[in-house]
Amino acid sequence: MAPRRVIIRNHTSEANLFARRTFIAFTGVLVLLLILFSNVYTLQVNSFEKYQTRSNSNRIKLLPVAPNRGLIYDKNGVILADNKPVYSLAVIPEDVDDLKASIANVSQLLSISADRQTKFFKAIKGKRRFKQLDLYSRLSEQQVALFSVNQHKFPGIFVDARLKRYYPFSDLTTHSLGYVARINRRDANKLALADKSENYAATHGIGKLGIEKYYEDILHGSIGHQEVEINNQGRIIRTLDFTPPVPGKDLTLTLDIELQMIAKRALSGKRGAVVAMDPRTGGILAMYSNPSYDGNLFVHGISSKNYKKLLNSKNLPLINRSVQGYPPASTVKPFLALTGLEEKVITPSSKVWDPGWYQLEGLPNKYRDWKKWGHGWVDLNKAIEQSCNIYFFNLAFKLGITKISTMMERFGFGDYTGVDIHEESKAIMPSVGWKRARYNKPWYTGETLSVGIGQSYWTVTPLQLTQALTTLVNHGHRKVPHFLHATSELITVADKTENTFVAINYEEQAPLVLKQQKNWDLVLNAMHRTVQVVGATGHSAFKGSHYDAAGKTGSAQVARIKQDEKYDAKTTQESKRDNAMFIAFAPYKNPEIVVAVAIENVAKGGGGTNAGPVARQIMDQYFGSRMFTSSLDEQTTSTEIITAHQHVHSSASISLPDNVTQHDTLQRDSTFQQDYISQKNNGAD
Amino acid sequence: MRSSGQEQQQMRSTWQKLHIDLPLLLGILSLMALGLFVVYSAGGQSMAIVYRQAIRLGVALFIMLVVAQIPPLSYRKWAVPVFVLGILMLISVLLFGHVGKGAQRWLDLGFMKFQPAEIMKLIVPIMVAWFISQENLPVKLSTIVIAFILVLLPTLLIAKQPDLGTSLLIASSGIFVIFLAGASWKLIGICAGLASAFVPILWTFLMQDYQKQRVLTFLNPEQDPLGSGYHIIQSKIAIGSGGLEGKGYLQGTQSQLEFLPERHTDFIFSVFSEEFGLIGVGILLSVYLFIVMRGLWIAVNAQHAFTKLLAGSITLTFFVYVFVNIGMVSGILPVVGVPLPLVSYGGTSMVTLLAGFGMLMAIGTHRKFHV
Repeated sequence: MAPRRVIIRNHTSEANLFARRTFIAFTGVLVLLLILFSNVYTLQVNSFEKYQTRSNSNRIKLLPVAPNRGLIYDKNGVILADNKPVYSLAVIPEDVDDLKASIANVSQLLSISADRQTKFFKAIKGKRRFKQLDLYSRLSEQQVALFSVNQHKFPGIFVDARLKRYYPFSDLTTHSLGYVARINRRDANKLALADKSENYAATHGIGKLGIEKYYEDILHGSIGHQEVEINNQGRIIRTLDFTPPVPGKDLTLTLDIELQMIAKRALSGKRGAVVAMDPRTGGILAMYSNPSYDGNLFVHGISSKNYKKLLNSKNLPLINRSVQGYPPASTVKPFLALTGLEEKVITPSSKVWDPGWYQLEGLPNKYRDWKKWGHGWVDLNKAIEQSCNIYFFNLAFKLGITKISTMMERFGFGDYTGVDIHEESKAIMPSVGWKRARYNKPWYTGETLSVGIGQSYWTVTPLQLTQALTTLVNHGHRKVPHFLHATSELITVADKTENTFVAINYEEQAPLVLKQQKNWDLVLNAMHRTVQVVGATGHSAFKGSHYDAAGKTGSAQVARIKQDEKYDAKTTQESKRDNAMFIAFAPYKNPEIVVAVAIENVAKGGGGTNAGPVARQIMDQYFGSRMFTSSLDEQTTSTEIITAHQHVHSSASISLPDNVTQHDTLQRDSTFQQDYISQKNNGAD
Repeated sequence: MRSSGQEQQQMRSTWQKLHIDLPLLLGILSLMALGLFVVYSAGGQSMAIVYRQAIRLGVALFIMLVVAQIPPLSYRKWAVPVFVLGILMLISVLLFGHVGKGAQRWLDLGFMKFQPAEIMKLIVPIMVAWFISQENLPVKLSTIVIAFILVLLPTLLIAKQPDLGTSLLIASSGIFVIFLAGASWKLIGICAGLASAFVPILWTFLMQDYQKQRVLTFLNPEQDPLGSGYHIIQSKIAIGSGGLEGKGYLQGTQSQLEFLPERHTDFIFSVFSEEFGLIGVGILLSVYLFIVMRGLWIAVNAQHAFTKLLAGSITLTFFVYVFVNIGMVSGILPVVGVPLPLVSYGGTSMVTLLAGFGMLMAIGTHRKFHV
């Protein structure tokens, strides 16, 4: 270092200068500290609430918890709609280190197709952060086991269990139960309009059809909430608060799954429908429409291929024929006869000559009887027993369309029955006003004659027939057809809260009152004779039955037959062949069951030979099971036994006679129905 | 009050012999103790982190005591050669340095890695103080110009690494010396004007993209709340939600649930204020103020211009740490990566910081040995 000149320092002035500058610096320090403090003060005092809210919204999330959907049982406590755990392989992409490699590895392990992987990667885009996404839904038990062993290799991938609807009887119950399927945009909009979106925040499926749709509100339950604390990864650290969901109510139906099976068997190979009802309550015992389809297909989202197959099938499996209109044909003759008696255009003993045809005065058209040579002299009983068309042409002509339609409307024809599914059709009860409104044409007398034998524009649904028959056998006491028997309710008795089934009270309907009460029995007697008198149209179907049945046959002409043309089923195109109809009730005194059957385009014969045996099988089953299980029947009417079923949702506990009670694995088994029927028959015969 | 003046005198002289300034030591120790508690809370309640930090603190305290033993005026002999060496090391960092976290800061000497920039934090004020104190105060313009060059050279070299935080601290340590040496107010005004004219040049030519992003984020953090604005927003939420009394020790949800970034290092103040509230912040700032006051007291009472300037610069630079760190985490300054001195987890800056305190203590206790 170079030598420096000597500096004469003025220590005092230097110290003073330094002290002044230090003081200024210190003032600066104070000012800056004050700025820091006042800034923190602003954050912590003035904006405290704002930041507290933001801090809480950072860490607290409200997770909706879906309620378990109510289960559905048949009248004997057999489970018809269950909730079954379904396992899916879920991924939280943000938690996976190397997504591509991990997905490839796990796919190889579980043999997941490349197609599915591509779909998964597509679905990732536009997904919310830290939301799980299914790589594969419906893992098999083997796949679940295989993955569980290897889970440690796949952070961010896990098996997610979810309850999904399961219908153990598949196609047997679809038309009445309907099904649950994924909530789509339209459902979501509807829920939003009804202000129910919040309640469905965690719910995946919604009732789309049938009972599942009609009782959606009861079955669904109320949403629960889990208030959780999460970290910056969105991972749940702990639960702060839990409001459990309120599960949906379980339903017990009036439906009897055994009758349902018999109906399916009886209709096998045919297009048609059966409805059986208890006339004392209006409870529907069976409703089956053939062909049917498996509602489970829709629960998981039906493939477009399968859906097209159902949609384009010429047998129209998607349609519930029980609530679709058919020409009633002769099955409505008892109702017309009753109208004639009421309007005094006929008496029980007044007779009509049947030469085999009927002709209106001054018109060339001949209206033919089904029997070419006619029935000769015909009174009320014979007219119904033999289903004599000429008698009813005459009756209809004398009544006129207005008196007919007025009375028929009182029986519920041409209107909704009010059944608890939405798919019902009103069908058509033609009248002068109806024709004017529909076709803007006047009513012709010839059409009245056709109406007299249940043809022309007239259509009725099998369900309407059972309802009208119920009114008839009840001497005018009307019942609303329904499926729902009871709902599970939480009832507190002596400090114990129990889930107990409580029966629904259906309102009494205004009765149909006749001017002469004896007319009921005149008509019912004729129906009794139709089945019981040898040679009557309904006799062969119920020959040898141990219960006292009554009924009426019907054969509906589907295609128009030209004047003088002869109908021969063999030469007629299949879709133009006659429909077979049958209505029946039993026992004749104090009826317990009414049945209506419709079968489309039968190859040979009419209602008596085609539809009659179907009604017979239903009734045989009904009275058969009653004979052999009379003690069971008493039990099932009390609520305790049904409550017991509550607790065994997952196992198939069925209250049946001793020899058929053990069916632990049956419900999962596709061959269940077959087994069930054969076992049941072994027990019953 | 039995312990009379004489006894106190005795005590003071004992500490004086050990070259320890007791008030300063107490201030430092209380911040360190507090720091250990907050590091425990911020570091996921892991004792391992606390032990590691405690060991660092022990080493740093030891270095402080060693430095305190060296007579301060003897630094002057070493000022020029060490400064030259430092500059050479900074240049070699740029040429052969080890890249960490996107910046070249480390020099690998084979047996150890170290940051020359850290050493410059001490060398620059020593160098400038030595240079200026050779002449009578107030400082002359020509001296100031050379002093500025002495400051600017390492500052730019460090900014180039890039390490904005350290270059800022080094620049201020040099400028504080010049200010305390009595640079005329007219000159300060001109310099301030030049500095503000320099800002656009800095922005366009010298700042890295990530540094520019930090500044933009600082100006409007809500613009990108999940990206670059995330840190500062979460930090403000942590501080603000602490309120007056805080959420309680270990109860800060922002930090415990890891919404807050860099919790135990740069953003430890946010953890502290979330859990201890405004009252805690008041106490913490008071301790810092106390240390600054003590440091300035030592500076004013130092008997040589060199030690005065050095002590003043060290103390004020320490305050710059505090101000920049708290300012950045509470949203009034851009994020520049300066730790909260004596509290933040981390080693390198702690050592230089305490070496600085060692010098302060030396200046305060070696009064009898000035030349």
